[in-house]
Amino acid sequence: MSTGISKLLIANRGEIAVRIIRAARELGIATVQVVSTADHDMLAARMADQVIEIGPAPATKSYLNVERVLAALAESGADAVHPGYGFLSENAAFARAVAAAGAVFVGPSPETIEQMGDKANARLSAIKAGVPVVPGSDGRIETIEVAFDVAATIGYPVMIKAAAGGGGRGIRIVRSQEELDQALQAARAEALAGFGDGGVYIEAYIENARHIEVQILGDGETFVHLHERECSIQRRRQKVWEEAPAAMLPADLRAELCASAVRLAASVGYSGAGTLEYLYDAHRNAFYFIEMNTRIQVEHPVTEMISGIDIVREMLLIAGGAKLGLRQEDIRINGHAIEIRINAEDPSRSFFPSPGRIEEIVVPEGSGLRFDTGIYAGYTVPAFYDSLLGKLVAWGQDRPAAIERLKQALDATFVGPKPTTLSLHRMLVRDPDVISGAVSTQWLEDWIARAPRFGQPTS
Amino acid sequence: MAIIQIVPPVPGILYLSPTPGAALFKQPGDAVAAGETVALVEVMKSFLPVEAEAAGTFVRYLVDNEANVEPDQAVCEIEG
Repeated sequence: MSTGISKLLIANRGEIAVRIIRAARELGIATVQVVSTADHDMLAARMADQVIEIGPAPATKSYLNVERVLAALAESGADAVHPGYGFLSENAAFARAVAAAGAVFVGPSPETIEQMGDKANARLSAIKAGVPVVPGSDGRIETIEVAFDVAATIGYPVMIKAAAGGGGRGIRIVRSQEELDQALQAARAEALAGFGDGGVYIEAYIENARHIEVQILGDGETFVHLHERECSIQRRRQKVWEEAPAAMLPADLRAELCASAVRLAASVGYSGAGTLEYLYDAHRNAFYFIEMNTRIQVEHPVTEMISGIDIVREMLLIAGGAKLGLRQEDIRINGHAIEIRINAEDPSRSFFPSPGRIEEIVVPEGSGLRFDTGIYAGYTVPAFYDSLLGKLVAWGQDRPAAIERLKQALDATFVGPKPTTLSLHRMLVRDPDVISGAVSTQWLEDWIARAPRFGQPTS
Repeated sequence: MAIIQIVPPVPGILYLSPTPGAALFKQPGDAVAAGETVALVEVMKSFLPVEAEAAGTFVRYLVDNEANVEPDQAVCEIEG
C-alpha cells in the first residue's frame, strides 16, 4: 500500500510511539523518533530508523516544546508528523506550524482542533448537529420561577452549579421541587462567598453515570463510526479499564448514539480519527455528548480488536491524502474486548508512583491477546512522564469469555520488581460488580475506599 | 541544635513554591512545623508534598527550583 507520506516524525514517546512506528513500517514509511535526554533507551527509540534529541527530560522543555520539535522536523526532512496522544496532539498552533513547515499533521485541521477542543464550542456544535448534550438552563438562573420551570423540564435530580465554580466545587444536588427554593438560595450565597459571584445555573444530575465514547473516522467527505467503547472504570478521571462494545447499552440506543457521533463529525467536516465522549444515564435511558478528542486515544486497541480495523494505519492513509476505504455497513462488531492499563503505581500505597528499573517482564501470548508497551526487561522507567507501562487487551466471543481470558492472562503476567497496578486488575477481574457490569464513573473510587487489601505490593 | 536534611519521598522534579511564580514555601529563618510542606516533588505527573520530619528553623534550600532530584538527595536544611 502506498501513501502520500514517505517519512514520519513521531512527536511522542512510550507505548504509543511504538504503536505508530509499527503502523508506519507496515505502510513502508520511514520513521523518525524524537527523544528527550531521558528517553534514548525507550523501545520506540530503539525501533525507529532515526532518532533526534529535542531537549532535557521535563516535557515542557522537550515533547511540549514546539520549536524543538519543529527543528527536528526540519533536520529530519520528514514530510509528516504523528502527535500521538497528550503532549502536542490537540495543540492547534502546533498543527498550524507543522503545515507552515510544509509537512502533514496526522490529525484534523487546526480549525477543527480549535472548534472541538473548546468545551463550550464543542457543545454548540453538538446542539447544531442535533446531538444531545447534558440538559440545563440557558445560562444563569435569575428567579425561583425560572428555576422551577427548568428543573421540571429536565426532571429531577438536578444540580445547581456556581457559574464561576469549577473542578467539582460549588455544586448542589437537588432531588425534588420541595428542596429547590432553599437549595437555590444556599447555592447563591455559597457561590458569592466562594467565588465572589452569586451566579448559578441548573444542569441535570446524572446519577451513576457511565462513560461511553464513539470512535469515528473521516476523510473530510465520508464519515464512519467504529462503534462504541465503555470506560466507566476510572480513578481520578483517569481510565484504568476499557471495553468495546458497551455491553449494557440497549441496541436501539447504541445505533442512535453512533449515528449521532457520525452526524457531529460530518457537521465539522472531520478528517482523521476522533472520539466523541458521552455520559450515559441509565435512569433516564439517555446519552449526552460531553467532549471530543481530536486524536488517537489510549484505549483504541479494544475497538481494533472487535472491528479488525487498524486505526493508526487509517490515520496515516487519510493524512497521506487517501479517501476513506471503509464502508459503514462493513464495520461490524465481532465479539468483545477489554483493555487494562498497567501503570507504574502502587495500589497498596494510594497509587504512589513507582518509576525505576524493570528487571523482568512476562506477558502471556496466544489467541485473543494483545500487549502494547514501550518497556522491556532492563529498561528504567523515567520519573518524568506518565505512569503507563503497557496495555493488556483480551478478546473473547462475548463479554464473559473476554473476562475469563483476561483473568487467565493477568494471572500469568509479571512485571517487576517495582509495584504496578496489575494487583488492582487481578482483583477487579474477579469483582462481582465488574463481572455483572454494574459500574459507573464513581464506582472505582468507592470500591478503593472500601477495598479490603491489595495483594502483595510487588505482584 | 542539629541540622536536619530533608529528602523527598521519591526522586523527581523539585518545586520550591506552591504554584509557578508564587513565593517560596520557606525563607531562611522561617519557623517550620513537623509535617509542614517545604517543597513539591513531581513524579510521573503527580505532585507530592515534601514534608519536614521535625519542627525547627528553616536554614536553606540545597537545590534550585525545577531541579531534577536524584534518589536520597537532600533538598533543604532545617535547624531543629
